[in-house]
Amino acid sequence: MPTLHTVNKSAFERNSLESCLSVCKTDASVLLFEDAVVSGLQNTTVSNQITQAAGSGIKLYALSEDLKARGLSEERVMPEITLVDYPGFVKLTVENDRVQNWL
Amino acid sequence: MSNTKTFVYINRKAPYGTVYALESLEVVLIGAAFEQNVKLIFMDDGVFQLTRGQDPEGIGMKNFSKTYAALGDYDINQIYIDQQSLDDRGLTIDDLQALVYEDEDDDWNEKSSIHLVNREQLSDIIESADVLLNF
Repeated sequence: MPTLHTVNKSAFERNSLESCLSVCKTDASVLLFEDAVVSGLQNTTVSNQITQAAGSGIKLYALSEDLKARGLSEERVMPEITLVDYPGFVKLTVENDRVQNWL
Repeated sequence: MSNTKTFVYINRKAPYGTVYALESLEVVLIGAAFEQNVKLIFMDDGVFQLTRGQDPEGIGMKNFSKTYAALGDYDINQIYIDQQSLDDRGLTIDDLQALVYEDEDDDWNEKSSIHLVNREQLSDIIESADVLLNF
């Protein structure tokens, strides 16, 4: 009964991602979109949190349209994170039993 | 020139997720008409406002990042980027667009408007302000 967690705030500014990851089941999916896509960049102060989450089995995604909007190329995103587009976002909501949106 | 004041704008939000970045740019451009001494600080997630190659078509928003290049023409050429904020986000100055102005006191030579600064320098820039505007 997996849950999709969505995060739309930058982890450099808010603790949404930290709270999300702290209560995530290991079969959960976490999608970073809107300003949260900046949290998925390589070599940042929050990279460790992402690596740990991925290591525990949590599946991490980022919305490619939001990365593109902010001039952040796919190569800059941590390898633990899978990029999805809007149709991919819809697919994730359908594949999971519920969506928890960390506003 | 006794009516000239120093305006410091502090930009700390990523673009597109909220309207702060666009609003700040609009206020800066409107304010430019009053010929004041203007300084812009980009720190925290504000450094993302200046990334190269922004393309927000896919999220249905207008690309206002190209407008920053016009700041030099409005005599806004004191732009300060916080080095620590870049470091924390895995960014370097090369990830940001170049912003330049033509120096009228030096035969209109093109010069960079961007200055990389540390927190101590930022503190001095804030102290230099008559008016502080936060976005």
